[in-house]
Formats: sequence, structure tokens, C-alpha cells
Amino acid sequence: MKWHVLHPLWVAIGLVGLLVLGGRFLVPDDFGVHGRNFTYGYHRLSNLQDWKDFPVKFQGRDYCAMCHAENARLISSSVHENVQCENCHGPGVNHPASVQSLPIDTSRETCLRCHAYLGYDNSDRGAMPSIVDSRHRRRRECSVCHDPHNPREKSQ
Amino acid sequence: MTVSRRDFLKEAVGTTAATALPAATFVLLSTEEARAAVANSKVRYAFLIDTNKCVGCGMCVKACKDENEVPHDAPVTRNWVERYIFTKDGEVHIDSPKGGHDGFLDNNLYGEEIDPKDIAKAFFVPKGCNHCDNPPCVQVCPVGATYQTLEGVVLVDRDWCMGCAYCIMACPFGARYFHPELKVADKCTFCYHRLNKGLKPACVQSCAFGARQVANLKDPDDPATRIITTERVAVLKDLYGTKPHAFYLGLDHDVR
Repeated sequence: MKWHVLHPLWVAIGLVGLLVLGGRFLVPDDFGVHGRNFTYGYHRLSNLQDWKDFPVKFQGRDYCAMCHAENARLISSSVHENVQCENCHGPGVNHPASVQSLPIDTSRETCLRCHAYLGYDNSDRGAMPSIVDSRHRRRRECSVCHDPHNPREKSQ
Repeated sequence: MTVSRRDFLKEAVGTTAATALPAATFVLLSTEEARAAVANSKVRYAFLIDTNKCVGCGMCVKACKDENEVPHDAPVTRNWVERYIFTKDGEVHIDSPKGGHDGFLDNNLYGEEIDPKDIAKAFFVPKGCNHCDNPPCVQVCPVGATYQTLEGVVLVDRDWCMGCAYCIMACPFGARYFHPELKVADKCTFCYHRLNKGLKPACVQSCAFGARQVANLKDPDDPATRIITTERVAVLKDLYGTKPHAFYLGLDHDVR
């Protein structure tokens, strides 16, 4: 073959060689398919561990009940039994070790998430005991009268 | 035609090098690796979402942001709740303020007040990543920074992602976003860290109504799996062929 044909060919082959060689050094060793396929599973294996090590924030009611047994018992036997403690009290991670007290969201808006009247009679929202915000004790927080741990009872 | 020894050797070495180099880019799997690649995992996670049960409290959106360190104020979210209001004049009104993060406290959609008397039907649809079997977001990644685990969970490698956002455009569900602080693509991880500790995902745990549930499709005794396999479920955007794994109960035909 003529030199002017061969010359760019050698340059191209050299570039591919550089890419392959560079890849050998730069791509982490644990890059591979690891039991998946190349289309959807080509990844760095150590990243799976990175995600497994991500800190858990929501601890669940059993964790809260270890110290706050009375409140946990109260809410578990009320109509709010399926409402998680941490929905209103915030995630319990590092409490009580470094987070002394959890911020309690007692705003009207928290309760109105479920109990604001919207008029959706066809869906489960319509079945919720609900109020019209502008017509029901506008300036008070709900917990002044209603005990969130036992909403059928009046607050103490 | 005569070939000199020198020319023959030159051609031979050149040809060998030219074929060996591309071959070196291939990865050869050992027998065990190849077997593992087609073997089935014992776990395949899927979402079961009952739109009948959702009351639009938005606790799942708030819990997800708390659990996964997604900024609360940024206009991005891993999961969200959409509201559909069908008025009696035949109009459909759809909104999802802040992804439903603060719930739905009134009937004001984009400044337009809807009278409850005019509503024919209304409901909420919780959404998020569908953890597809054929995830287009994974296919388009140019650097191998996103992948599907053996359990069917689609994850992003935050150290390897370069933030080109190609995957964000590839997802037909809009389930991915650009993380404003980490500058990488981010998405629902199915709370992979929680599932591996035997906990439920944050959105599932925080839902007081059981509207969001997690299922292991490989376990026929799983209560959520039993619903998926025995009741009439639907998926979103079936026509894209991505095989979504968020199964919906009570989906309306106007939900996109």
C-alpha cells in the first residue's frame, strides 16, 4: 500500500492502542457486569456498598417505643395507629445520642395535609374527617383541643 | 506475484497488531461469571401503588427528602404526588405543587379556585421511579455511572457520574433530576440502604394509608406480590416498552 494510505491507518491504530492502554490504568478494577448484562449492568461494584452504607434516618415506631412507650401505646390503639411517629416528629436518626430533642411540627398545615376539606367524595380523601380551614378555629393549633396521639379524645 | 521476506514480515506484524488491538477492548467472562450473568436473583423489588388509598398528604415526599438528603427547598424531588380534578364541564385540572411536599390544603390550582360543587371526580396519583426492566436511562449513560442491580433497582454511581444529564432526558417518567448540591444525576434508589437492612423504603413506611407498598416479585407469598399477580394492575406509559415495575391499582385513563 502507498504511504499516504498507510500513514493515517497507523495513526488510527496507535490511538486505539492508547485508548486501550489508558483504559487499563484509569478504569477501576471492579468495573464489570457482576452478574448482570452489559446493557444494564456495567458498573463499579464498590458503588453497591456505597449505597448500602447510606445512613438510615427513619427509625420506625419500635425504636421510639423503647423510651416513649406510653405515647407509642396511645397512638397504636387510636385511629392514628398507622401514622408513623416520625411523620410529625421528624426522622429519629442520632436521637437521643447527639440530637437532644426532635422538632415537633404542630402547625395546622401538618394536620390539614389529611384533614383539609377538598370535596373529593369519590376518593378516600373525601372519607377523611375534615374541616374547612377558614371556618374552624382559625388562630389555634389543632393540638390545643385534639390530642394527636389519641384524636378522639380532648387534649389535656 | 512475489513477496520479499521483509515485506511479508512487515505485513504480518501489521495485520496481527491491527486485529489484536480491537480484540483487546473486549472483556472475556469466565464460565462462572457468564453463568452468574444469566442466573436469576431471588429478589425483584417492585412498587405497588393503590391510587384509591392516597389522600394526598405528601408525607412520602417529605420523608423521602429527609431520608435521602434531598434539599427540601430545591424544585427537585425523587417521588411526587399528582392531583387530578375532573370538573363537571369536562375539563381536567392537574397539579403537583412542590411535588406534593406540603400536601394539598385547598382547591387552588395555579391561581384558579375550583368550587367543590363543580368537581365530578378527583384523586391523587403517587409517582416516582418505576425501576424499569429495560431502563432507557441506563442505556444512554456514556460512562457506566448508572446501572441496574440484580434486584432490579436502578442506581446512580455518584463518584462516576459526570453530570451530562443525558439520563434525565432519557427517562420517559421524569423520575430523574440534577442534584443541585452534588452536581450529579439523582433518582430514587428504592431506599436500597433500607431494603438491605430489612426496612421498608421511607415513602412506604411514612404512608399511613398503605397507598405505597413494596413487593418482592420473586416471592409468591409476599402480600403485595399476591395483589400484583391476582388483581388488575396497570403501569404508566406501557407503550414505551421500558417494562415499568411500579404497578398501579385504580389508574384512570387520563393519568399519563
